[in-house]
Amino acid sequence: MKKRWLVLNSIGLFACLVGVWASVLAFAHIPAYILPGPIAVAVALHERFPSLVNSLWITTCEAAGGLMASIVFGVAIAMLFAQWRGLRQLVFPYTVLLQTVPIVAIAPLIINWISAGTFAVTVITFIICLAPVIANTTQGLISVDQNQVDLFLMYKATPAQVLFSLRLPNALPSLFTGIRISAGISVIGSLTGELFASSTRVGEGGLGYAIIYANNQMETAYLFALVLAATALGFSFFFIVMFLEWLALHNWHESTRPQAAD
Amino acid sequence: MVETTNNPLPEIALDAVTKRFRKGAVAVQNISLTVDRGEFVTFLGPSGCGKSTLLKLVSGLSPVSEGAVHVNGMTPQNARGMVSFIFQDATLLPWRTVEQNVGLGMELEHAVRQARKERVAKMLDLVSLSHVAKSYPRELSGGMKMRASIARALVSRPRILLMDEPFAALDEMTRDRLNEELLRLYAEQKWTVLFVTHSVAEAVFLSTRVVILAAHPGRVAHEIRIDLPWPRTEETRESKAFEEQVTQASRLLRGVYQP
Repeated sequence: MKKRWLVLNSIGLFACLVGVWASVLAFAHIPAYILPGPIAVAVALHERFPSLVNSLWITTCEAAGGLMASIVFGVAIAMLFAQWRGLRQLVFPYTVLLQTVPIVAIAPLIINWISAGTFAVTVITFIICLAPVIANTTQGLISVDQNQVDLFLMYKATPAQVLFSLRLPNALPSLFTGIRISAGISVIGSLTGELFASSTRVGEGGLGYAIIYANNQMETAYLFALVLAATALGFSFFFIVMFLEWLALHNWHESTRPQAAD
Repeated sequence: MVETTNNPLPEIALDAVTKRFRKGAVAVQNISLTVDRGEFVTFLGPSGCGKSTLLKLVSGLSPVSEGAVHVNGMTPQNARGMVSFIFQDATLLPWRTVEQNVGLGMELEHAVRQARKERVAKMLDLVSLSHVAKSYPRELSGGMKMRASIARALVSRPRILLMDEPFAALDEMTRDRLNEELLRLYAEQKWTVLFVTHSVAEAVFLSTRVVILAAHPGRVAHEIRIDLPWPRTEETRESKAFEEQVTQASRLLRGVYQP
């Protein structure tokens, strides 16, 4: 019942915002090329729907590809860091560089190395998403209760058993925190990448490229529709990750369900 | 009553053991102690006297700096198959169900699935936890978690149990009940037990011998043989003999607390 009210309230709030938006336009006489009305945006969305869906699909593939690659490589690197403390102390500080290097500065380099296109944008997304996965997973892998490690040692567990049966499950909540952060920035990373490194061939540009194109053509209503699509994509990524996190943790982790004992 | 055997080889022998940490602090110094098969020995003493360190040395989780530890004539590392360690917190893995936690050791040894299932079911029955076999640790009370931890320790059929303040976090009633359950299992399974606690009453109730340690550095100050009759029950706690032994142990313990 409470949830239903929350959904209804959210829908009501959205309708109010759209109403305010339309009213402001009606009274302030703002030209459509500066701020189009909600109806104009809906019309643009309808008319350019196939093109928008195509751009959306391209950006989705780039963002999902970059995100998944960052999870695979990030977890593998974190596992190496957890197994070899010396390696962690030596290399881990450099992973911070991944977060501090401005992606707009290295995008031209990536285009130089692998030429513009979907793969280049995926690589840019991968670079942006990698650091949160490495940092959070490493933290989870090394933050194991010493008594639990001792327990495994008493059972004469091999290092691989300690890693896969103890450290990795223990790191799952931290891993999902990293993935959630990366999921949020993967869409931003793809859009930013597309501004610099997207293919300019017809139908291969993605949302970022379409946004630049719409802006150059003064198609502001379509530009709004594209921004809405990009927002919806980011939102979807976030909720998919939240759902997967719930699936993996809801049985046992305190963050997913309050449970009284005793 | 659990009887000690006349095996010439002591179950556990500490020979002039000293443990020094990396920064130079001495946890225990020159401790010599033998424990015969079937004994229930409890370590009592102030914080920092090395009670838990002694268990770590016997388990081989921590190496000695000087002296030697022998478990049934072997090094602690070689004797691990016959030793189970029960920690202060239950150390259950929260992502595994109770039965998966209890079967952890057999799973790591790649034991046959059917044999594992049967053994786990038997141990859960032994500690009266069969009804929560499929539950996750967070759904259990503190006492149930500790019983699951004991069941996990028993799955590998240990000869020796090392228990590091296992009931410290529990309320008094639960602790008393678990003490009685532990003694029931001890009588059945005939283990040798090294137990650590801060509770004098718990030490006297459970043990055949209480070793009082002094701190800085940790060393043996007194040993008390507990002559209470077996089986020990609720009535034992109300007996005059129990009261006298608790008073005696308390007096000796107070002595090691004084500067």
